[in-house]
Amino acid sequence: MTTHRNSAPAHTRSLPIRQLVLTLLGWSIALIIFFPILWMVLTGFKTESAAIADPRFIFSPTLESYQEVQARSGYARFALNSIAVAFGSTFLALLIAIPSAYAMAFLPTKRTKGTLLWMLSTKMLPPVGVLVPIYLIFRDVGLLDTRTGLIIIYTLMNLPIVVWMLYTFFKDMPKDILEAGRMDGASTLQEVFFLLLPLTLPGIASTGLLSVILSWNEAFWSLNLTSSKAAPLTAYIASFSSPEGLFWAKLSAASTMAIAPILILGWMTQKQMVRGLTFGAVK
Amino acid sequence: MNRTRASGRTVGGLRTLSLQAPAVTLLLLWMIVPLGMTIWFSFQRYNLLMPEMTGFAGLENYEYLLTDPALWSAMGTTLLLVGWVLVITVVGGTLLAVLFQQDFAGPGIARVLAISPFFVMPTVSALVWKNMMMHPSNGVLAWLAQSLGLPALDWFSSLPLTSIIIIVSWQWLPFALLILLTAMQSLDEDQVEAARMDGAGPLAIFFFITLPHLKRAISVVIMIEMIFLLTIFAEIFVTTSGGPGLATTNLAYLIYIQALLDFDVGMASAGGVIAIIFAHIVAIFLVRMVAKNLED
Repeated sequence: MTTHRNSAPAHTRSLPIRQLVLTLLGWSIALIIFFPILWMVLTGFKTESAAIADPRFIFSPTLESYQEVQARSGYARFALNSIAVAFGSTFLALLIAIPSAYAMAFLPTKRTKGTLLWMLSTKMLPPVGVLVPIYLIFRDVGLLDTRTGLIIIYTLMNLPIVVWMLYTFFKDMPKDILEAGRMDGASTLQEVFFLLLPLTLPGIASTGLLSVILSWNEAFWSLNLTSSKAAPLTAYIASFSSPEGLFWAKLSAASTMAIAPILILGWMTQKQMVRGLTFGAVK
Repeated sequence: MNRTRASGRTVGGLRTLSLQAPAVTLLLLWMIVPLGMTIWFSFQRYNLLMPEMTGFAGLENYEYLLTDPALWSAMGTTLLLVGWVLVITVVGGTLLAVLFQQDFAGPGIARVLAISPFFVMPTVSALVWKNMMMHPSNGVLAWLAQSLGLPALDWFSSLPLTSIIIIVSWQWLPFALLILLTAMQSLDEDQVEAARMDGAGPLAIFFFITLPHLKRAISVVIMIEMIFLLTIFAEIFVTTSGGPGLATTNLAYLIYIQALLDFDVGMASAGGVIAIIFAHIVAIFLVRMVAKNLED
């Protein structure tokens, strides 16, 4: 994260009270917003009876709930589904999007801008508007409750964002380098593999991470298209909603494991996230 | 059309076309096939529980839906949900972006904490709020209320829609903050400094410099949130299941009930078409804005 040294002119430093008030205010708000997550993490280390007792910050932590979540419901199976679906769809989306973004950035035609906007507009189709046909198609071809089915949906769901982000990264790359490579007799494939991909690797990585995060957290399709076999973590966590409030410690332990990797990835990629989520409109 | 151009150009055009073909074809299929089927089904009598009932229904499904109070109630709920969450997240996000831009101790970590809820999967946020925060007897909020000598509130039965609005706002306020903080970083500090020299107070600076600077980012936040908020589903699914009654049934949830619980394909599709039209009215503005941006 960048800090803003330039936003601290001399006169604010001469007013330590102002800085103290701002620090208190900023931190209290941040902690209030973060509190439910913090509470969830703490509850995961409590026993079930401590979890529903009066709120306590000090307690003797236990890993009981973590063990139970794995032993009773087979947490690992759902986590594997999430991993397979998130990474599978991201890999496919990158594979399809890289040639497309390459063409848009380096071989633009009159229609490139239109194509980009049209891709963006496919994101506007509310999933619920196509739920019925997708459900029926999946039922008829046997894709309901399969990882493959979810991978297909998530690939298509993220494809516009992935193309768009890669396009903005490719476009920022100095053209001379590719030009020089071509002069030296590199073929398009060589150009892509030996010049473009290594040079834009950070951009490709953050695009991939965004796609992983979006797929990991997606809950509309996973709830509607999977039941037991291919259910990822979003759907697994939802299964805690039926027995009213009895397993808070287990819910918390399972939730903590489900969100921890994505939370860390999210913290790391905030900046690129903004670029991707706003289709480059805010940089 | 490129025939008269230099041959290199035409080859480039062909290469562009073939490189883009996979992405474009897939997205085209993804868009047209389900969309076409939704529209087709919406004019059919098609209920999976009543296989003998088939045939062209004309506008019957639409007529039934549009005269069904449930649809109007769901539209109202959708608008209330979207409207309130937008107000809370945009106003809150703007104020917080200004606050987190100030000079105080440890702003980086405070910011990271404040944007975290956006990365939490919706089923987790909804269940954590429903159980550990808003539970009428064991929740943190109930405990807080009792400590202050107030009666504990049964959030989901007395204020169901408000509860959903709180949960969804908690998820999306960090999104607004994240985008607006990024936008704040391109604010011209010299301009702010100059205004301050001229005797402008913090309020004047906020309204005449900061807010105009954030205008475009704010509209982007509003539109992107709208796309997602119009079809909020998981949060309702795991907390209230649309109830009590229809109190928290939005358009997305209503279509889900018709499709996967009542198996009324025709009706659900008509609902889907209505949802699509609803979303596209919003989308047109977003696409226009991004298009403008492509030109700079």
